[in-house]
Amino acid sequence: MLDSNKDSLKLEAMKRIVAMIARGKNASDLFPAVVKNVACKNIEVKKLVYVYLVRYAEEQQDLALLSISTFQRGLKDPNQLIRASALRVLSSIRVPIIVPIMMLAIKEAASDMSPYVRKTAAHAIPKLYSLDSDQKDQLIEVIEKLLADKTTLVAGSVVMAFEEVCPERIDLIHKNYRKLCNLLIDVEEWGQVVIINMLTRYARTQFLSPNQNESLLEESAEKAFYGSEEEDTKDAKAEAASLAKRKPYVMDPDHRLLLRNTKPLLQSRNAAVVMAVAQLYFHLAPKAEVGVIAKALVRLLRSHSEVQYVVLQNVATMSIKRRGMFEPYLKSFYIRSTDPTQIKILKLEVLTNLANETNISTILREFQTYIRSMDKDFVAATIQAIGRCATNIGKVRDTCLNGLVQLLSNRDELVVAESVVVIKKLLQMQPAQHSEIIKHMAKLTDNIQVPMARASILWLIGEYCEHVPKIAPDVLRKMAKSFTNEEDIVKLQVINLAAKLYLTNSKQSKLLTQYVLNLAKYDQNYDIRDRARFIRQLIVPTEKSGALNKYAKKLFLAQKPAPILESSFKDRDHFQLGSLSHLLNAKAVGYQELPDWPDEAPDPSVRNVEVPEWTKCTSREKRKEKVEKPFYSDSEGESGPTESADSEPESDSEESGSSSSSGTSSSSSEEEEEEDEEEEEEGSGEQSEDKEGEEEEEKRKKRKEKGGPRKASPGSMGSEEEEEAEGKKVKKAAGPQGKKGHAESSSEEASASESSSSGSDSGTEAPTVVEAKRRKMIPSSKAGPKEISLLDLDDFTPPPPQPVPSSSIISTSLVTDLEGLTLSDTSLAPALLSPAFGAVRTYELLHRMAGEGLSVEYCFSRRPFPGDPHMVAVQIQISNNTDAEVKSLRVSEPKLLAGMRIQEFPEIESLAPGDTASMVMGIDFCDSTQAANFQLCTHTRHFYVSIQPPVGELMAPVFMSENEFRKEQGKLTGMSEITEKLTLPEKCRSDHAIVQQVTSAANVGRVPCGSDNEYRFAAKTVTSGSLVLITLERREGAAAQLTINSEKMVIGTMLVKDIIQALAQ
Amino acid sequence: MKMIHSLFLINCSGDIFLEKHWKSVVSQSVCDYFFEAQEKAVDVENVPPVISTPHHYLISIYRDKIFFVSVIQTEVPPLFVIEFLHRVADTFQDYFGECSETAIKDNVVIVYELLEEMLDNGFPLATESNILKELIKPPTILRSVVNSITGSSNVGDTLPTGQLSNIPWRRAGVKYTNNEAYFDVIEEIDAIIDKSGSTVFAEIQGVIDSCIKLSGMPDLSLSFMNPRLLDDVSFHPCIRFKRWESERVLSFIPPDGNFRLISYRVSSQNLVAIPVYVKHLISFKENSSSGRFDVTIGPKQNMGKTVEGVVMTVHMPKAVLNMNLTATQGSYTFDPVTKVLTWDVGKITPQKLPNLKGIVNLQSGAPKPEENPSLNIQFKIQQLAISGLKVNRLDMYGEKYKPFKGVKYITKAGKFQVRT
Repeated sequence: MLDSNKDSLKLEAMKRIVAMIARGKNASDLFPAVVKNVACKNIEVKKLVYVYLVRYAEEQQDLALLSISTFQRGLKDPNQLIRASALRVLSSIRVPIIVPIMMLAIKEAASDMSPYVRKTAAHAIPKLYSLDSDQKDQLIEVIEKLLADKTTLVAGSVVMAFEEVCPERIDLIHKNYRKLCNLLIDVEEWGQVVIINMLTRYARTQFLSPNQNESLLEESAEKAFYGSEEEDTKDAKAEAASLAKRKPYVMDPDHRLLLRNTKPLLQSRNAAVVMAVAQLYFHLAPKAEVGVIAKALVRLLRSHSEVQYVVLQNVATMSIKRRGMFEPYLKSFYIRSTDPTQIKILKLEVLTNLANETNISTILREFQTYIRSMDKDFVAATIQAIGRCATNIGKVRDTCLNGLVQLLSNRDELVVAESVVVIKKLLQMQPAQHSEIIKHMAKLTDNIQVPMARASILWLIGEYCEHVPKIAPDVLRKMAKSFTNEEDIVKLQVINLAAKLYLTNSKQSKLLTQYVLNLAKYDQNYDIRDRARFIRQLIVPTEKSGALNKYAKKLFLAQKPAPILESSFKDRDHFQLGSLSHLLNAKAVGYQELPDWPDEAPDPSVRNVEVPEWTKCTSREKRKEKVEKPFYSDSEGESGPTESADSEPESDSEESGSSSSSGTSSSSSEEEEEEDEEEEEEGSGEQSEDKEGEEEEEKRKKRKEKGGPRKASPGSMGSEEEEEAEGKKVKKAAGPQGKKGHAESSSEEASASESSSSGSDSGTEAPTVVEAKRRKMIPSSKAGPKEISLLDLDDFTPPPPQPVPSSSIISTSLVTDLEGLTLSDTSLAPALLSPAFGAVRTYELLHRMAGEGLSVEYCFSRRPFPGDPHMVAVQIQISNNTDAEVKSLRVSEPKLLAGMRIQEFPEIESLAPGDTASMVMGIDFCDSTQAANFQLCTHTRHFYVSIQPPVGELMAPVFMSENEFRKEQGKLTGMSEITEKLTLPEKCRSDHAIVQQVTSAANVGRVPCGSDNEYRFAAKTVTSGSLVLITLERREGAAAQLTINSEKMVIGTMLVKDIIQALAQ
Repeated sequence: MKMIHSLFLINCSGDIFLEKHWKSVVSQSVCDYFFEAQEKAVDVENVPPVISTPHHYLISIYRDKIFFVSVIQTEVPPLFVIEFLHRVADTFQDYFGECSETAIKDNVVIVYELLEEMLDNGFPLATESNILKELIKPPTILRSVVNSITGSSNVGDTLPTGQLSNIPWRRAGVKYTNNEAYFDVIEEIDAIIDKSGSTVFAEIQGVIDSCIKLSGMPDLSLSFMNPRLLDDVSFHPCIRFKRWESERVLSFIPPDGNFRLISYRVSSQNLVAIPVYVKHLISFKENSSSGRFDVTIGPKQNMGKTVEGVVMTVHMPKAVLNMNLTATQGSYTFDPVTKVLTWDVGKITPQKLPNLKGIVNLQSGAPKPEENPSLNIQFKIQQLAISGLKVNRLDMYGEKYKPFKGVKYITKAGKFQVRT
């Protein structure tokens, strides 16, 4: 058929041949007939011929050469597909004679126009290398060339070739490092795995360990990273100088680049990619950042059981070193009865590794269920696990021991045996208290047959024969009787027991010992004979063996250290995680040891790229563009470097702006103040005006308090908000200015602790001056540059750094100040300009009648609850109207809906008659208007009370620009948009009134707006942080339209009602 | 990294019915090590995925009653190989409708061609099904008839465009007369319920499977009403990660045909509504060769939807000989060899709760089983995503036509186990 002219017949013939090959049958005798068809026009026949050739060429080298010319022709074909496949087959024919031809072909293909052909060339490199390793040098040249390739298609393949041919030539990577990092996300999945593994190794040789100096880690890492390229080195030096005494660690920006660019890959659907990133983070990332991989790894546990198996092995290793990482996912490792045994045992291992004082009781409860499993291997493993928990956590040792003792009466012998072995290990830790258990176990020798268990019992009795003096000889007697039928390990322990008894209680056991030793002397096993002779010499006194004899007791009854039960996965992490070697816990062929961190970082400049072709990549913006080019087209430029590059000048100007303003503002005129504000954030000036009008005396105190913590907030805020925060600060500075706040200015002063004296009576200007000073100080102080760069951080920042020092000072000093202020005369207290708001409503919690003279009121103070940003702060005012002292006032027994939390105020020791106390408590309402019920207790009575928040109090204002507002609004359309028409009453048509009403109804912040008849407000819900955007549009006359955009529809709907109601009043 | 050296496909009875070598030939005898391990493991599930032999390493997966055993010679990330083998199995599934021994044997040539394309020198080359389908056309009855008449081939002769573009998962020039995009939001509840009926562990795992038949190069963006529900998400490579990070919108140029868009986990802080409850009473009497079995399943928190497709499987202890039960609804079977009890309940109506009750016969003389078996429950709720996830809207850019869009929600039991 192969000789036929018809393609269809040829095809049929080839199909049969391929089917033969597939089944493993030998089809080599058809070689001559097949090879003729290599030039066949039909592409399918051709393909099958290729399949055949690749399979048999090695065996029939001479004949195979016939086909070579066809491929050579194919290499010149205009169709890239044919060029590629010709190269593929040519390189797959393992015939040494054609090595030079292959070499030539690869070189040519490496500079082919088509990236697909270049990729094939990269694939061909390892093939040629395995055929003839002498070609290495030439191949390295080709690799070097291909490494410089810019296409994602080639990157994975060439790194694979690199790993195979010359993994030691790390120097080839330098120039391409940044490019590889940036291309990574667009490389195909398999290439990603190879590249990530290679980069892990690379990073280990080129960067310093991020964990060597943990305290400084975060700030410096960010610092080093977010500067622009040239500044980096400068900054690094400057910082190095300034921090010299503290031994700085500066994460190389390239190190950070790698970590950042690999992180999104944790979201890959490919388990191998996720694992590769996980191991990269485990080996390279600073401790604080490793946690991110846990979630992804846990996700893989839903995958195929083979994947689970491998992942669990790796999790087991990781969980020993970084237990905290997986603790939140403890329950994901719970075992189902349908899991395969090998998975069960691995999960058990992880659970045991995760056990600690706090979760041990839950884990033990789980273990209890497992013990009753039908799968006996698994039960045995569980018992071992209990043993390990017991040794590691002293608290539960007795509980575990008791549990295990109960298992001794289990019907299943395997279970009993395993328990015995584990109990033995546990008892070794504190034998004295447990002679009862030992006695109990002695009884078991009659029934239990498993050799390991018998041996363990005997050893125990021997070791602690002094605790059970009566039973021990009896046991020996029984064992002597059955000696000949025992397993070897049991026999050895019998001899041991005999020897020990002989030494402690020779009167009763002398004969028995002799008897056992005699039996052992003629045993079949030479170990036993040997042991018997040795022991006889040692313990039975004769003339010759006098010297050692004296010490026999010491030898046998020495204190033995308790065994340490530890995981078999300990120390496995010296293998690279995710590797085959790690899984097998043995070095696999071709395993590349993960190098240790260097002590001194090699010169980072080697990675700088000077070649003109690449210069565009050195600038970070450009590189980022490149990364995103294919399809990640972001208009807003999210990526770190760009943003930092853009915002650098901005922040500079801002800074200079504010410092110059400080110069002018020291002359203290309000208008100027206003101007400054407008520079910083449009429209906030209006707000402060609004405020001025509506001051109400009794509210001031609260307001001030509100303002206080706000000011502290920038420090704790996520860094992306820092810029906004900055705006706020300035505004705040402006507020008190307007209010001429005496007390306030002093608190403001305290915040910027240096400028103490300047302000207190020059009220008006003090805050601004202080603020200005603060800004001015920045460049001069050491911490200065750091803070500036922090302000420009983008959302790539790892967990926000510890609060900027200055702000923490503010917060603490403010708190103390405020504490003083609450009791002071409040008439002078100004309102801080915080996000615009109207009157604060007070609600009654407990009426004085119902409370038997105790009356309680609460209001929503609208400031962040210190300590927990998800809680709504509730200000509670308790007045004692009785004529007796009320003692130990406290909150108890909160009855909350699921998810709601309450942070009680500290107990009030006593409240004198007529006195009033004001407390703050935090409630997390979970963004719902459900009431929080709890009891208010005094020393005599309990009052059931409940706090139900108006929907407007479940949010906190956010600052955004008009554009941001529009953008966010665009995202929250459809179902999340609620629109309502309304008519504004007469008195509520001025800007001022509208703003006041809206802000009194809800805790929202005003958003600047270009048009006159539109008002915008924005807030975030306190618990989930979902945006709530409010737009009020005035039409002709009294008509208006209210639009609320929020993901939380319920909140949106309720808010609409509330606001309309407020406006209608 | 030399990856996969050879691949053997082995069926359950231990026949090697296909082998493929990417480098020099490795003898079939290497599989003996695998058989040895298989014997030791007793259960197919317990065959270790990685076996070390003197000269090679064997990495295997078990899918649809077939062992895919790959031979590895040097260090390689095991997950890499495992993931690849699963991808191979998926591709077979995709091409032949099922991944069975017969299907593979019937299409051995296509299988061979596929394997040839998927791996080059043991390193994965093309694994995206869109690309493979351009290289090698999947078999259809029509095509095989046409081929036999015209002698044309089912091997494509042009380079798949995807290989070269930045969108390797989509082929160019797709054309449909009806442009449709369907999304199935499928959520599975994984749960462990303890003896007393309280939830030990519950979690919702979801996927969005898409079937997209749109012409040209549509650029889709899918947004959710409540994207914050999604705690941990893994994406098809087509999804733009940055958009998700910043706006929680899934923006992508879809592959053509069926694919899994995302899989996600709903954060464990959210309480999981468990749609069914199980009342059970299983006991074995001491010293008598019988026991009682009484199980009732009822609906709970099902948000007004019916629970259907309810199936309960129980692995009874070894000592159980036979079971004499009566079911008020559906039918049950008990396999005395594997000791698996299966009760196909069907739909649950709250008026009449399905109950299965009767006597368990035990092997006489055997000790009473220590443990009560745990009950594995399967069920399905149509038109409901139990987490409350809702697709907000789907927008299309880049193409002019108006596609037909559809979203379907379904909730299923995942690994849902009731301990007794």
